[in-house]
Amino acid sequence: MTENKPNRHELLEWINVVSFAVDDVKLFLDTHPCNQEALEYFDEFKKQRIHALKEYAKYFGPLTLDTACTPAEYWCWINEPWPWQEGGC
Amino acid sequence: MWNYEKRLQHPVKITQTNPKIAQVIISQFGGPDGELAASMRYLSQRYTMPYKEVTGILTDIGTEELAHMEMVCAIVHQLTRNLTPEQLVESGFDKYYVDHTLALWPQSAGGAPWTATYFQSKGDPITDLHENMAAEQKARTTYDNILRLVKDPEVCEPIRFLREREIVHYQRFGESLRIVQDHLDSKNFYAINPEFDLNPKCR
Repeated sequence: MTENKPNRHELLEWINVVSFAVDDVKLFLDTHPCNQEALEYFDEFKKQRIHALKEYAKYFGPLTLDTACTPAEYWCWINEPWPWQEGGC
Repeated sequence: MWNYEKRLQHPVKITQTNPKIAQVIISQFGGPDGELAASMRYLSQRYTMPYKEVTGILTDIGTEELAHMEMVCAIVHQLTRNLTPEQLVESGFDKYYVDHTLALWPQSAGGAPWTATYFQSKGDPITDLHENMAAEQKARTTYDNILRLVKDPEVCEPIRFLREREIVHYQRFGESLRIVQDHLDSKNFYAINPEFDLNPKCR
């Protein structure tokens, strides 16, 4: 288990990269809803994003409510630092 | 409905405090061309927007502006944390401190409180999209002005990201304006207001 543990900083950077790709192409698709290339691009990065968010939640705590740890003995959503704090994302 | 994601859209990691520059950057939180006004502008305008592409863009850009507001607040917070009374007086941040301590409060660099009069929601798609394109350019100029004053690369980097997003949003609003005009009479775009003069043929 521990040998497969990803590097926290690298995984977070990857989440930022794939999330930005989704954010940016989402706006493009709003005004170009029929663009096939953009639709495929969106689909690819959306999948990568969902996978990376699940990975992150598994090892370092949830970034979204959908990946929050349940069942658990403690409400881990409040456990990790908030984004503006030291050690935050 | 919104869901919170516990990360910034783009990282903000500032190690050196600088209350003087924080006082300038806070304008992009609660100033006339700041991110709060941007978000409220687009999220207010979208309810009566008759074209689905444009309703989508108003919703999605309005949402992204909330993420930008959070980044600006993170920058201001990290520039002002753990200040001593001496640093407060020396930097001129004491006038803000007396009313808000080190909390975030939406105001302009000059101290004017945030107000809904910073934006318009006019109920006419051509008018609102011109407002939005102008707003993105005004925010871009404000970030340019900030970048002339900032020397710390840890502050410049996220500010440059935010500046670039203004340009992308300007582009998308331009495309939205074209979509609106494609639905209207090309001989007279102003013959009707499609948000009010409900003629299904005009949509």
